[in-house]
This record gives sequence, C-alpha cells and structure tokens, in this order.
Amino acid sequence: MAVYTIKKAEKAPLASKGVLLWLRVNLFSDVTNSLFTLLGCYFIYLIVPPLINWMIIDATWSGTKEEIINDGARWIFIFEKFDQFIYGFYPEALHWRPNLAALISIFFILSMNFISNLKIKIGLILVYPIISFVLISGGFGLEIIPTEKWGGLMLTILVAAVGIIVSFPIGIVLALGRQSKMPIVRTLCIAFIEFIRGVPLITILFMASVILPLFFHDGIEFDKLLRALIGITLFQAAYIAEVVRGGLQAIPRGQYEAADSLGLSYWQGMILIILPQALKISIPNLVGSFISLFKDTTLVLIIGLFDVLAMVSLTNSDTNWLGFEVEGYVFVTMIYWVFCFSMSQYSKSIERKYNTEH
Amino acid sequence: MSAQENMITMQKVNKWYGDFHVLKDINLTIKKGEKVVICGPSGSGKSTTIRCLNYLEKFQKGKININGTDLIDDVKVVRHIRAEVGMVFQHFNLFPHLSVLENLLLAPTWVHKKPRKEAIKTAMYYLERVKIADQADKYPNQLSGGQQQRVAIARCLCINPTIMLFDEPTSALDPEMVSEVLDVMVELADEGITMICVTHEMGFAKKVADRVIFMDAGQIIEENEPHEFFDNPQSDRLKLFLDQILSH
Repeated sequence: MAVYTIKKAEKAPLASKGVLLWLRVNLFSDVTNSLFTLLGCYFIYLIVPPLINWMIIDATWSGTKEEIINDGARWIFIFEKFDQFIYGFYPEALHWRPNLAALISIFFILSMNFISNLKIKIGLILVYPIISFVLISGGFGLEIIPTEKWGGLMLTILVAAVGIIVSFPIGIVLALGRQSKMPIVRTLCIAFIEFIRGVPLITILFMASVILPLFFHDGIEFDKLLRALIGITLFQAAYIAEVVRGGLQAIPRGQYEAADSLGLSYWQGMILIILPQALKISIPNLVGSFISLFKDTTLVLIIGLFDVLAMVSLTNSDTNWLGFEVEGYVFVTMIYWVFCFSMSQYSKSIERKYNTEH
Repeated sequence: MSAQENMITMQKVNKWYGDFHVLKDINLTIKKGEKVVICGPSGSGKSTTIRCLNYLEKFQKGKININGTDLIDDVKVVRHIRAEVGMVFQHFNLFPHLSVLENLLLAPTWVHKKPRKEAIKTAMYYLERVKIADQADKYPNQLSGGQQQRVAIARCLCINPTIMLFDEPTSALDPEMVSEVLDVMVELADEGITMICVTHEMGFAKKVADRVIFMDAGQIIEENEPHEFFDNPQSDRLKLFLDQILSH
C-alpha cells in the first residue's frame, strides 16, 4: 500500500533560451526545414530590396513631372491626383463635408465600444447615417451635390458601408425566415437567397441599372447610385443570410429548449439567446464576406460610377500624365489592403472581446 | 382548495415521432406537492412524457391539464403553462454568452416584466440557496458541472414555478458532483413544491419520492410508493430492470 502527498504546482520550464536555440529549433531543426529556410530567405532577398529601392529610395517625392531623374516610383503623380482619387468629381471647395462625415464615422465606430446604454446606442445608429448623408449629399442649407459627382475612395467606402450596414439586418431576417416553420415564408426566403446566389454581382448591377427603371413610369428620376446600392445590398444580404444560417445551425437544440422552457417568446429567444451566440460564431465568415464586398464594390464602374479604382484608370488617360499606371495601381492596391487588413484585425478583436469560453 | 388538489392530469396521452409510437395512452395524475420519480430503460418515453408537460414536445392525442389549465396549441396558453412549470435539463442548457446572474435575470425581466433591481434580489436569494452566490459574475463555462446544474435549478426557481420538472439532472455529472445537486433537490422537495423527476438515482427516489413510476416502451408499466416499488416489484419487466441497475 502507498499513500502520496499532493505536490505544489511548479512553473512550466522555459521553452527556449537565447536566439541561437530559437533559430535551431524553429528554422534549422532538420535538413528539410533548413532548405526551406534558405529558400525563403532567397525569395525575400529577390523581392524586398528592389521593392524598397523602387518605392522609397529611388522614388521621386516632390518636384514637377519634368524634373524626374530617378527611375523609381514617381509619387508626384499620386500627390497631383490625390484629391480625385479620394473625392472623384466632388467640388473641391466642399471637400470638408465628406471629411467631416469620415471623422464622424470614426467617432461613431469608436463610441460603439464605449457606450453601454442600449437606447443611446440605437439612437446613434439611427441618427448617424442621416447626418452623414446630409453632409455628403446636401440639403438643410448645404449645397446639394448630385451623386454623379461623387466618386473615388469616398464612393468606395460609401457603397461598401451602406452594403454592409443595410444588408446585415436583412440577411439575419432572411436566415431566420429560411428556418421558419411557416412554409410560405420559408419558400420565399429560400427562393430569394438561391436566386441571388445563383447570379454574378455584375448581372445584378446591370439589372438594377437597366431593368429596374423599366418598372417605373417615365419622368420618375431614380438615382443611379441608389439603384447600385439596392442591387449590392440585396446581393450581400443573400450571402449574409447563408453565413448566419451556418451560425444558427451550430447552436445546440438545448439552447432553444431552455429559452422556450423559460417562457421567452420566439423573438425574445432569438434576439437574447440564439442570435448573440450564432453571430459570435459567424464573425470570421461575416467579416470575410464584408471584405469581399468591399473589393466587389469596384464593379460599380461598369454602370458608370467612378470608385477609387475607376478614378485611377481615368486619370491615367489624362494626356498630361500618360504612363503613370504602375504608381496609380500600386497606390490603389495599398488602399484596398489597408482597409481589408484593418477589417480583418477588427474582427479578431471583436472575437476576443466576446469570447466567454475560458 | 384541498391538499388533494390535482396539479397535473394526463389523460390517454399519445405521441408519435413519424410512425414511431413513443407514448401510448399515458394516464397520470399528480397532486399538489407530490414528488414523483420516473425511471425506466432509455427510449422508454420517460423524458418525452415530462417534456410534454411544458409543451417542449407536442402530443397528437389525449389531454393534459396543468393546475386547472388545459394544455392546447396556443401561444398564450403555452406561455402561461411555462410560467407555472420549470424545467431542469440533463445538459444544464445554461446560456454561455451570459453571466450566471444574467442567466437568472432573463426570464424575470423579459417574460415576467419585473423591475431589474427586484429581479437581482430574487436571483441572489436563489443563488444563495443553491450555495453558489459567490459565482454570480462568472460565465457558465467557468463552472464545474455540478455548479452549472445548481445554477440551472436557481434559474428555474427565479420564475417561481409551481411545478418543477427534472430531466435526468445528474446523468451528465461526474460522480463527485452528483450529491451536491441531489442535496439541493432534496431541500426543494422538503419545501413542498410539486416535483417530477426522471432519474436513475434510486437513493434519491427512496428518500424523496411519494411515488415511483416505471416506464417501458412508451407505457407506464408499474407505479407504487417507493418501498413497495423497490422491495416488492410486481411485473417481470421491473424486476429485470431493478436487477440490472442494482447488480453493481
């Protein structure tokens, strides 16, 4: 017979000591690993130094077109056309309006993290889009700027933001409708979702811009941007619906039963119990879907709206500035990357915030 | 109102899953304050029976009356019944995205429209009762199984039910934690709440139950007061069942 005493918990031994050991364990643990490490270093050597040379060291940062002597990037093109990339044809004297709207947006997003009172939150969510819209579009004493003049990055962000914010609740309702016990609701939701998912976004944009006006009588002005926004929102809503449905299916039946057994109504159960959990699971896929929408907004150029990419293409045909495509596209690439990467990081931070599986 | 008032009456309740006949002519009357334990092999319909009582399961034929209200397929009636009948599940079914306290506040504030302050007071009282008040701000996944089940019982008590249903409340627990949950249930039983419990804890049945019911193949096979039930089983099926669960 033997009896043992309970031991005190000890600290875990340090995994690695010193740089050399870390290198050996992680980069040169065996022959294959060493080969891949060397190969990787070689690729970095091939790509990074020339890129840095082109982008920074040999680049032209100031002066006029005629003074260019370096063979690196000629960023003066970007500086020259910067306003057009950002605002499109929006009148220069009024650029403060979209700027202010952007500032308000940033405050709005940040405030969502700090305000815990639900009523104030909902109030802000309702008021914020109206203020932003009035600022950009005009009215209430501000000069009205027709949507044909909106463009550039401003338009890209606007289309993406409206697409994301409006499609989100519609998508949730569609996902719930798809699981409804009422056959008509369910069938309509499935038909809508499957129809939209079965056609490319371009088709929907064409339909929104060409076919939609046919349903309205002559003389009714139906804004081109509004048509594009409706098309994109419906498209995005169908994808959100499928992402949310995935989340809903991951919620164990016991959660529905517990909500029922406590006497919660269908909507109470959904809003308080099921959706918070389902949406939490769906965050990575939702953000993935938002990111691809952000990139897809560039398709509005085919119905004659000039987003940031279209503006770059347009300025490239300026006879004074021929041959600056590379700089333009590198710039636009960086813009897209910064936005998409930020969204992906933001999603990770939300995931951490709502993690209750300790 | 006599002490013999009927809390639950089930008359010829029948239920089918597709073609499968799960409940066959269940007749059961439970009086106010009575403690009933239902046992039987898996698939015998014991869980389905108690799940019918708060309409988590629909039944196709027969009649159920809960404390004077006929259970029919009507949103208002079902909500009324669910305010009377509390349910504790095998897998606790706590809401993992809410803290323990928020789990308890949900039904009182949203369903019964109580002021939050009052609801917190009640919630803390019941958490105290199940000896877990110090964990109020934790999330369910930070607690042990036994603690979670005690929270689930407290959550149920917060709606102030007249009837409590327990669906195998200790089956998913580690053996060490069974007794802490059973102790809470025994205390509850002593207070006179009407209780129906599906369980295989025979010690609990002997100690607490007024009546033990044995079900098999969707039917009630035998019911008796606990001593007779265990010491003097009548049907062969129950004798076999008792042999099997008591043989080790």
